[in-house]
Amino acid sequence: MITIENIHKSFGKIRVLKGIDLDIPKGSAVAILGPNGSGKTTLMKSLLGMVVPDQGRILLNNTTIDRGWKYRNGIDYLPQIANFPNNLKVSELLKMIKDIRGAKTDKETYYIDLFSLHPFLNKKLGTLSGGTKQKVNLVLAFMFDSPILILDEPTSGLDPISLLVLKDIILGEKKKGKTLLISSHIMNFVEKVCDTILFIWEGTIYFNGSITDLKKNTKKDDFEHAIAHLLKSAHD
Amino acid sequence: MIKILKYSFFDLMRSRWSYVYFAFYLLLGFVLLFLNTDVSKAVITLMNVVIILVPLMGTLFGVMYYYNSKEFIELLLAQPIKRTSIFIGQYLGVATSLTFSLIVGLGIPFLVYGIFKSDAILDFSLLLVTGGFLTFIFTAISFYIGLSNENKIKGFGYAIVFWLFMAVIYDGLFLISLIVFEAYPLDTFSLFASLANPIDLSRILILLKLDISALMGYTGAIFQKFFGTQWGVVIAMGVLLLWVIVPVFLIRRKALKKDF
Ligand SMILES: Nc1ncnc2c1ncn2[C@@H]1O[C@H](COP(=O)(O)OP(=O)(O)O)[C@@H](O)[C@H]1O
Ligand SMILES: [Mg+2]
Repeated sequence: MITIENIHKSFGKIRVLKGIDLDIPKGSAVAILGPNGSGKTTLMKSLLGMVVPDQGRILLNNTTIDRGWKYRNGIDYLPQIANFPNNLKVSELLKMIKDIRGAKTDKETYYIDLFSLHPFLNKKLGTLSGGTKQKVNLVLAFMFDSPILILDEPTSGLDPISLLVLKDIILGEKKKGKTLLISSHIMNFVEKVCDTILFIWEGTIYFNGSITDLKKNTKKDDFEHAIAHLLKSAHD
Repeated sequence: MIKILKYSFFDLMRSRWSYVYFAFYLLLGFVLLFLNTDVSKAVITLMNVVIILVPLMGTLFGVMYYYNSKEFIELLLAQPIKRTSIFIGQYLGVATSLTFSLIVGLGIPFLVYGIFKSDAILDFSLLLVTGGFLTFIFTAISFYIGLSNENKIKGFGYAIVFWLFMAVIYDGLFLISLIVFEAYPLDTFSLFASLANPIDLSRILILLKLDISALMGYTGAIFQKFFGTQWGVVIAMGVLLLWVIVPVFLIRRKALKKDF
């Protein structure tokens, strides 16, 4: 359903992506892993057209996205950093994005309940703590119920309870048959929600396969150790 | 795009700075009319203020709004909206809200003093139209400067230098070149020099309409000689419009290429 062909991207002199080829079938849950600065966010933003690749193309259901915008109706995106206009209230933000998208949904109340955000609805976004902002970020990402979910470090800043809530939500979305792309540094979380691992190293895909394959390849039974092994072997 | 425009417009109309801007023009209008019982004279004084201050405000609001709404822009970029709609919508939001403050702020005192019963109504309207043009021009250019500079301080710096150049330095350079090249025929040069600066052009436009040769100055006189009053006004308006279209086109081009 998502096909990425030979994507290259540089920012000035830094070459971030050096030829990424990828096929993501419908309904799969892919973890994008890699050290800081390896280009996970850049790859995700390329899918959304926020970053314009220097070379290569991206296809969604066999159509190139090439500077289009309608295709984004089918994608929900959680940005890595929850940056919001500071002078807006939470409820105003949700209403505004709904209006701008022209979407008639009331799913947000469900997620507001799940993350216990009621006390914050009339607070300005600028006054919220990082964790609360991240919850608002998550509500915005889930409320439109699109078939593709791109989550950039969804776990950052969350307390253990919210982390569990998030895990349940994601597993539920997976059951609905949605396609998931998730980056995270919490291996335990990745192991529970994803079935395919994509390891980016120095701008290319270093490993692409199932968790079972990864364990077999690295001869480690423990997922965390398997990833550590992968990192070490990449360095050598 | 209309939705983005609407949100930017109301966002700005709620902000403190819009009230200050609006209140300033309201006050200026009343004070000038109080001091000059002659409405036409008040229009001329007003012109001198508008021609310098409107570009400055457009410049400051343009960059400031761009940098302040970066979060909003990033949020919108992930939504199913055209990129150009986001940026052009935001730009139009700032420019229209500034123009709105200008027109209403100056309009109220002049209405109170009976502008509709005076012969100065056309001159006053022309002043407002010119002010609108200058707002749209300088907001577009400073918005573009913001878009082109990740660094806020640099962006503000370039924008203010641009305003300073157009509002102050340009005339100085022009005068110097007139003195230095005295021996040559300079009519065509002056004509182009005034077309290339929207502030000069606005001044000429208003003075042409007011038909006060004493204030018109060298370039104004040439303008009148060259085009006549009627055509002079039309051409000046056309070039001002071009001064809006070109920066908007640049914003569009930059917005399509930029990474976020
Ligand atoms: N808009 C941008 N302008 C310049 N450099 C960027 C930009 N976005 C990302 N980078 C650089 O690209 C590299 C990869 O960044 P990123 O994709 O965010 O990595 P990751 O998400 O894997 O941590 C980093 O070195 C980062 O500094
Ligand atoms: Mg990242």
